[in-house]
Amino acid sequence: MTVSVREAAFEPYAELAAYERQRFPHAGSFGASASFIGTMRDLNEGDAVTQMTLEHYPGMTERHLERICGEASARWHLLDTLVVHRVGLLSPGDPIVLVAVWSAHRAEAFTACRHIMEDLKSQAPFWKKEVTAQGERWVSRNTSGEAREAPAGE
Amino acid sequence: MVNVSRDNAISVKLFAGLAAARGWRERQIAHVPGMTVAAVWHNQTGEPAIPQRVLCALNMDYCNADTVVEAGDEVGFFPPVTGG
Repeated sequence: MTVSVREAAFEPYAELAAYERQRFPHAGSFGASASFIGTMRDLNEGDAVTQMTLEHYPGMTERHLERICGEASARWHLLDTLVVHRVGLLSPGDPIVLVAVWSAHRAEAFTACRHIMEDLKSQAPFWKKEVTAQGERWVSRNTSGEAREAPAGE
Repeated sequence: MVNVSRDNAISVKLFAGLAAARGWRERQIAHVPGMTVAAVWHNQTGEPAIPQRVLCALNMDYCNADTVVEAGDEVGFFPPVTGG
């Protein structure tokens, strides 16, 4: 299990490939992996967002993410988990978060990856402050993780 | 400002909009036996109760307003989280 909260920008696909090479040197040792990458958008609540600062609670954040990953690993028999989350100053297009899990089969991988991500969004102590044309503002809440379907006919 | 001895101190931390609005991020305050997280909030902000939107943590675990605080503890207050 690895949890990394970092100031420096990261490239999630390179991160994933390097982690997998290091943690699974024996070919064929897992049957499924699922990953989620969250990226900074240039628009929120109808306003253009030019920059964003991410603050966290050092210590509590890592501890909380390790607990979520530990619980998910036990519940879904995961082989490994990886969470990388940015803090500090971000620009649109920058990766914010990477969650990845490895397991024997796909159902556990899909479910656990989603579970870790949703828990992170609702419980892990991070806060976003956006810069818009009107100035700086704190993001007041995260959106629901439920997928929004397009209306019939679209 | 009361001089707080290290042995008898509680560390109080504010984050994000709470820290920005109140102009401070961390304080050491004197521990009083039986003190709750709600009492720490009242003591430091003058507000009678912890607002509904404010979350609290004791020693980096989520807690309730009526959780009792011990000397050496760390109490954190923060708004709803918006990471990911």
